[in-house]
Amino acid sequence: MATGDNRVYLGIDVGSVTTKAVAVDGAGEILARACLETMGQPARQIMQVLAEVGRRLGEAVTVDGVGTTGSGRNLAAALVGGDVVKNEITAHAVAALRLVPEARTVLEIGGQDSKVILLREGVVVDFAMNTVCAAGTGSFLDRQASRLGLDIREFGRLAAGSTHPVRIAGRCTVFAETDMIHKQQVGHPVEDIVAGLCRALVRNYLNNLAKGKDLEPPYVFQGGVAANAGMVQAFEEALGAPVFVPEHHALMGAYGAAILALEEHQEKEARVGAPGSGGGSGPGGADRSPSSYSPTSRFRGFRLGEMDYRTSAFDCEGCTNQCEIVEIFLEGVLVARWGGRCDRWERAGVVPGRSDRSAAGAGRSTEDRAGSAAKAGHA
Amino acid sequence: MKVTFAHMGNLWITVKTILEDLGVEVVVPPRPSRRSLEVGVRHSPEFACFPLKMNIGDYIGAIERGADTIVMVGGVGPCRLGHYAQVQAEILRDLGYRAEMVILEPPRGHFSALLDKIRYLTGGKPISRVVRALRFGWEKLYALDCLDRALVRTRPLEAVPGGAAAAHRRAVAAVAGAAGVEATRRARDEGVAAVLAAGGAGAAWEDDGEAGGGLPGRNGTPLRVGIVGEIFMVAEPFANQDLERRLGEMGVEVTRALYVSDWVRINLLLDTLRLRRRSRQSVVKEAASPYLGHFVGGEGLESVGETVLYSRQGYDGVIHVAPFTCMPEIVATSLLPEVGRDLDLPVMSLFLDEHSGEAGLATRLEAFVDLLARRRARAGAGRATR
Repeated sequence: MATGDNRVYLGIDVGSVTTKAVAVDGAGEILARACLETMGQPARQIMQVLAEVGRRLGEAVTVDGVGTTGSGRNLAAALVGGDVVKNEITAHAVAALRLVPEARTVLEIGGQDSKVILLREGVVVDFAMNTVCAAGTGSFLDRQASRLGLDIREFGRLAAGSTHPVRIAGRCTVFAETDMIHKQQVGHPVEDIVAGLCRALVRNYLNNLAKGKDLEPPYVFQGGVAANAGMVQAFEEALGAPVFVPEHHALMGAYGAAILALEEHQEKEARVGAPGSGGGSGPGGADRSPSSYSPTSRFRGFRLGEMDYRTSAFDCEGCTNQCEIVEIFLEGVLVARWGGRCDRWERAGVVPGRSDRSAAGAGRSTEDRAGSAAKAGHA
Repeated sequence: MKVTFAHMGNLWITVKTILEDLGVEVVVPPRPSRRSLEVGVRHSPEFACFPLKMNIGDYIGAIERGADTIVMVGGVGPCRLGHYAQVQAEILRDLGYRAEMVILEPPRGHFSALLDKIRYLTGGKPISRVVRALRFGWEKLYALDCLDRALVRTRPLEAVPGGAAAAHRRAVAAVAGAAGVEATRRARDEGVAAVLAAGGAGAAWEDDGEAGGGLPGRNGTPLRVGIVGEIFMVAEPFANQDLERRLGEMGVEVTRALYVSDWVRINLLLDTLRLRRRSRQSVVKEAASPYLGHFVGGEGLESVGETVLYSRQGYDGVIHVAPFTCMPEIVATSLLPEVGRDLDLPVMSLFLDEHSGEAGLATRLEAFVDLLARRRARAGAGRATR
């Protein structure tokens, strides 16, 4: 291990398409990572990526903090025992700044959304997020690749090799697809079509999502789509500047969440004044989960992967809103409940957490409460 | 005659009070909910704005409860609200509902047309009676705005969210049920005290008249965010997906650009009677003038001007809310990035309607609050202790 220390910080990013987890050491170096397709079963996949990271870390580690992000961040925090629950924008910005401290623009394209984040002197100053339009997301590229019978990796390589990209309407995925089929039927080579598609997506991204925003280099491009060489090239052409793609570009959300957990732990220690050695000095046999606890983290332990979990839902009949309430059970114990427009169900009957609600960065959020409502299943 | 009207926040309490005081029978529509929205969306044109869809849902709910007369306000300028009363009347007629639409146009310096309509609704009650009812209604309106202000200031101070909101709910019910001016004032004062008590000793409150006043002696310094935008979306929590609650629970003190009681006091009373040297409108207009020199309908000009004013008052950020397809606010949206850049003030525009997902909104709000918190931390202690 990089630092010779056995204290680690986990970051989990539960996205619409993939679920990712990383573990970093006290210096923010990545020690282990795992990535799985979410496949509509985030709870199961959270357990799986966690177990995978646990295996790769080996046994003698103490988890001093857990950060979660992505659209499934509340679920992950409830199941795993999250200390920091953060939105994807902050997590991605933190991750980008860790790798490129002078970054001024983060381009992020994930499975089902895309974001642009403007940074100045290491602080987020503006952002935009597209969640209503599929044009310019990874899912669309995936679909077109499979329609052309291409592997998505091949897609990027092909596009990058094109010398004469065709012009494709990129405003709407349906019209882009129609246009693409037309170009294909009149005989354009496939590499020019896919390169044209990349350009159309970049144009759409810059004209809609980044409309009215001052994009300035250095650019960092992250998210799953950054693996696509054609997209990188299209961005570089449109922006007229190099675009940096981090090695772990697809894991940046999880990495950011881990860094946030690390930072929060350090702040907590600074506040308490004690070095917090109590948590770090007793690794013992990590298969007996309590030893992988730290007094500062709500983490339930890597044994979680073997634990029984269940989610269920019901319609609240309290008023005409008929909110769909979701319940999360771990080993038969209700650990979280949400989905209502009011707070009728959020806390009622939920087994309280094993640590207090003092965690989680600036400001309070409803997620913190979801996190604190989480209970250690084997307390 | 059984009169109804559309919901907008807690305004129903004021309107009901005035009408009932004049002996008019009132049917209050069920509170906006997924059900009323569903009904409204089903019977409204897809590209009509959100308020129209919500109104239709309210009206149908009220007609089902026996209402036969609908009171609606008219609109001014290039905002589509101006012809919504007619569109809504047509929609209801096509659906086979029988209800009369009484349109109250905003008074433009003279009240006679408005008073004629009121006389019609009240069956010809003398003006003095109408004035007395308005006086009573005003007291409730003012009380409700006081409670709302106490709530948005207390929420960010709460250790465990929910107490202030519960006290607020009880106080609103007490104000709604108060039988006279004195009882309303009592309910107001007790309610404000109860809401503030929920926030602990740190909460103090004074009636500073206009929105955006400082709050001396309060514990800690929550981030301060001003809300601008289309009035319905700003005032109706169901429409803005509980924006004030969400922000408050993240530890943010929220200010609405203008409370309805401010609007009545400042625009209708003080400015019409020329009791102030400069009208509120002229202050907002002047603030907007580097960016927008003329009225664009609805609250478009106000959104720009009030953003500038928030900046002058040292706010940490501004959130701009509007219904999807709202033309006046589209004008404002295209100007606000420049305003934000010039004034170094983060501004986020949110266009919402029945298609708006909760997850996307929550993520945006959290990221915006993070942005503000980090900016303030960076700006250093100097500004944080203001």
